[in-house]
Amino acid sequence: MVWRAKASKVLDGLKYASSHEWVKHEGSVATIGITDHAQGHLGEVVFVDLPESGASVGKGSSFGAVESVKATSDINSPISGEIVEVNSKLNETPGLVNSSPYEDGWMIKIKPNSPSELESLMGSKEYTKFCEEEDAAH
Amino acid sequence: MSDVRRFQTAPFSMLVLMMKQQAGKLGLPLMNLLRLNGTPILQQLHLEEKLLRTSSDNWCIINDGTDTPAIVMGVSGKPSELLEVGPVLRDRIPVIRRFTGGGTVIVDSGTVFITLICNKDAVPGMQPYPRSIMSWSGLLYNEVFRGIGDFKLRENDYVFGERKFGGNAQSITKNRWIHHTSFLWDYAVGNMAYLKQPARAPKYRLGRDHTEFICRMKEYLPRSVFIEKTVESIESYFSVNPTNSEAIDASQGAEFVHSTMLLTRQELEEASASQLKTIGVSSV
Repeated sequence: MVWRAKASKVLDGLKYASSHEWVKHEGSVATIGITDHAQGHLGEVVFVDLPESGASVGKGSSFGAVESVKATSDINSPISGEIVEVNSKLNETPGLVNSSPYEDGWMIKIKPNSPSELESLMGSKEYTKFCEEEDAAH
Repeated sequence: MSDVRRFQTAPFSMLVLMMKQQAGKLGLPLMNLLRLNGTPILQQLHLEEKLLRTSSDNWCIINDGTDTPAIVMGVSGKPSELLEVGPVLRDRIPVIRRFTGGGTVIVDSGTVFITLICNKDAVPGMQPYPRSIMSWSGLLYNEVFRGIGDFKLRENDYVFGERKFGGNAQSITKNRWIHHTSFLWDYAVGNMAYLKQPARAPKYRLGRDHTEFICRMKEYLPRSVFIEKTVESIESYFSVNPTNSEAIDASQGAEFVHSTMLLTRQELEEASASQLKTIGVSSV
């Protein structure tokens, strides 16, 4: 059986990391989750392991993991900061990451250390092209 | 049709075959091979997690049996849901929660462990996602079991026909992945009684209990032949470099904090209490 990914949804107004996480910066808070491309490739998410509020996250470093198809996959923070809120709904309903990766499936909210870190991330057009090229190369 | 065009339009399995044919001309990535015998499974898992997170090499670890029986759950495993905790406590069976996903196994000297830890670009054309990794590992083991049994990768399990003989699991980081398997060379029927039927099970299981669902590899091929054929199959993709534990200890400097843990007696007693409470509620 050949498994092919369908075209994934990319939202304008968000910034994207090459490891397929998104970040939405609004005022003093940045919300982080994984993209539709990532959730489609990961399969059904059955468990989400997230840190506690108050923990620090580093740019490009892992802060948690999702479990899908017998695999844990690291989630990496696109920017550094301090976690101010964690999405507790994902404890009972991890499938929100699949069904609503940009809304109800958000994972953490952080107070960014340095908003300028957002400038090195991809915009929606760049990320869309990145995903197409990555899928085409494999 | 040019070679480039053939690569671009080929399905993944054909792509892998073409890459293997080219590999001899292009040179293969290096893979360190560590062969262990009877190493405790907790020690093996700690080593694997450390190599995944701190090494930049590719590794194959083969542990030919573990010293004493142990239960190993996946990262999200809850003992109250997965185990008959009363007998586990009574018989003092160690319970480990490992760092990879997937289900619960009970392992002992009849289990052969094969682990692959790779950089994400080590296998050409393979994306570092669960299904892609498993699609490749299915091809790897297809070579091992060619002409032996009715081997398949079925709903992410390694099976002969309708029966599972290998439980596998994975962990994927930004730049690396691990795929490890516990192969049921042989098992004690009594040990399976410590495991409940999991709520999440593949469709092909059809509600069968453990003894109807699994089978023993020893009915299909000799133990040493399985291990040697696995190494041969890996050699199609990697230049295998045998190493030993002393060499690993010498090269791995920094202390590493494992997430793989042995559950405490207190944790198991709490799980048992929770399990009894649930049974009490159901019987009212």
